[in-house]
Amino acid sequence: MREITYCDALNEALRQCMQEDDRVVVLGEDIGCYGGIFQVTKGLLDEFGPDRIVDTPIAEAGFVGACVGAALTGMRPVAEIMFIDFTTVCMDMIVNQMAKMHYMFGGKGRVPMVLRTNIGAGRGTAAQHSQSFHSFFAHMPGLVVAAPATPYDAKGLLTEAIKNDNPVIFVEHKRLYISKGPVPEESYTIPFGKAEIKREGRDVTIVATHALVGSALEAAEQASKEGIEAEVIDPRTLSPLDKDTILNSVQKTGRLLVADEDNKTYGFAAEISAIVAEEAIYYLKAPIIRNASPDTPVPFSPPLEKAYMFGKEALMESIRRLMAYA
Amino acid sequence: MDPTKDQLISLYRTMQTIRLFEERIVDLYARGEVPGLAHLYIGEEAVAAGVCAVLTDDDYITSTHRGHGHVIAKGTELEPMMAELFGKKTGCCKGKGGSMHIADMDRGILGANGIAGGGLPIAVGAAWSSKWRATNQVTACFFGDDSSSNGTFHESLNLASLHKLPVVFVCENNGYGISVCQAKCTPVTDVASRAVAYEMPGVVVDGNNVLEVYEAAAKAVKRARAGEGPTLIECKTYRWRGHHEGDPNQGARYRTKEEIQAWKEKCPIERFRKKMLKDRITTKKSLGKIDDDISEAISEAVKFAQESDFPAVEEMYDDIYV
Ligand SMILES: Cc1ncc(C[n+]2csc(CCOP(=O)(O)OP(=O)(O)O)c2C)c(N)n1
Ligand SMILES: [Mg+2]
Repeated sequence: MREITYCDALNEALRQCMQEDDRVVVLGEDIGCYGGIFQVTKGLLDEFGPDRIVDTPIAEAGFVGACVGAALTGMRPVAEIMFIDFTTVCMDMIVNQMAKMHYMFGGKGRVPMVLRTNIGAGRGTAAQHSQSFHSFFAHMPGLVVAAPATPYDAKGLLTEAIKNDNPVIFVEHKRLYISKGPVPEESYTIPFGKAEIKREGRDVTIVATHALVGSALEAAEQASKEGIEAEVIDPRTLSPLDKDTILNSVQKTGRLLVADEDNKTYGFAAEISAIVAEEAIYYLKAPIIRNASPDTPVPFSPPLEKAYMFGKEALMESIRRLMAYA
Repeated sequence: MDPTKDQLISLYRTMQTIRLFEERIVDLYARGEVPGLAHLYIGEEAVAAGVCAVLTDDDYITSTHRGHGHVIAKGTELEPMMAELFGKKTGCCKGKGGSMHIADMDRGILGANGIAGGGLPIAVGAAWSSKWRATNQVTACFFGDDSSSNGTFHESLNLASLHKLPVVFVCENNGYGISVCQAKCTPVTDVASRAVAYEMPGVVVDGNNVLEVYEAAAKAVKRARAGEGPTLIECKTYRWRGHHEGDPNQGARYRTKEEIQAWKEKCPIERFRKKMLKDRITTKKSLGKIDDDISEAISEAVKFAQESDFPAVEEMYDDIYV
């Protein structure tokens, strides 16, 4: 199969959905002639014109709210928020409106929209452009939260997000945009709430998200050389969550490591740990370990930011710690 | 309220300091010494210089992602400022904030801001605070043209006018929000025309004419200090560099070389320099001396930053809470 980047896979999903369905429109800052700050919407303005590829002013509450209203009345809008950090300026529209309308209206109105955004530190852009607080949204009933880790998942999940009748927070990862992988040319969807076991193993379960899926696979390869077989699970959507795949794996391995880039406290990793503690504690042979970001804002200074981030090495250390329990 | 000779020279010095500082950043950024995002102020110097010249040391400013000019004009020393851009421990924010978050509480600089439009409500609060504390301080609030599309602009102007707060809203209209030109952001040509909706004076000035900026700011600050409320000043200007360093070809995706060149011909510093020479305020020689002094100060700041240490890794956990 041909290989394309995560960024191009997203672009292709948008393009194909727009070709197929006139109701799909995209709104965001610098998504037109600039092609989006990470080039995800490159070329779409030329193909679909400024009525469907709309460069907005800096008015996140305005255009995200407008997507809610348009979705409620028959469109399938996709909003791009340049960095997840800026979702905070339109939180009312997301949390009080987009997430809850279907419920509040007694099931009589739908908000089939997608809010695309991205997480991740490592670009020296400090505390307001580097955050990874995707767990916020997974905390909110009514929202789907997608977290693609590969180009294949990026395309399939985005296509599903656009076609799905629920509001979706679609969380991309900055570092992954340039990563390459096999992606079918034709349109396809990946169902929500279905995790993927990226690697099978009997000794340790690693539940990893976004760029850490790759780190977990690398760590698993290294562990394998030390005779440890790790199972790597990518939930792909944080909400709905495929609990069964995680619980089944933990029942087999008895050891859980959760790797996620949100802050450790109250984050996604805490939730997975709680579920396993509630539903599979008797299978555990070792305490659960969370590898997550420190509970600090993202520091600017390069050595501090480097220390803030973690990957294969930290996961490897955690795997060894887990294996120290018989 | 014509500026004195010393004030004129000081306006020149401020603008030139900003220009030479930013030009040095272009180089340092390209060498990888300044990490992250650097949104440069080259071409817009007259705005920060003109406005800050009429503020006292006790007055406040709120700045933006394009904040180096404001910070220099409000009087932060170049050494800690440069060190901050390098992420060094000796930086004004101990290396934690970088370019987009430079703050200097000792000089009333309440932060650059990574959020477009984030500074406006904060400026309102600072102005309100000086009213509550009866200190007679004024707050100057810098923001870009496209940031005036953010709801915070409208909420802030409304609040400030309603409570007659001592704040001066300074819109730096450089014609673009990243790649989106003003005509695609708002149906009005003049951001200042929105002042009408909030019952405050709205004035448009040539943002590349430091004396026009100075005069409008002086009037607005006087009004603010007298308890008569806020003013919205719109300064028409242009950024010469890309949105930030690394924006391909200085923004070739969304603007023409001719447009950039036309604005370069309206260089605020060159124009002011010519005027001062023509009016015999100063001589080429003394301006040359000023330029040399500035270049030397910047070189010292760079050296200071280069020789400073990075913060220790444990310092990541400092200052999360008081
Ligand atoms: C709330 C928010 N949305 C989007 C951005 C991304 N962004 C950074 S600067 C910028 C354009 C700002 O334009 P303007 O206010 O005119 O200032 P300029 O850069 O032209 O000085 C945008 C969209 C942001 N920082 N904050
Ligand atoms: Mg602008």
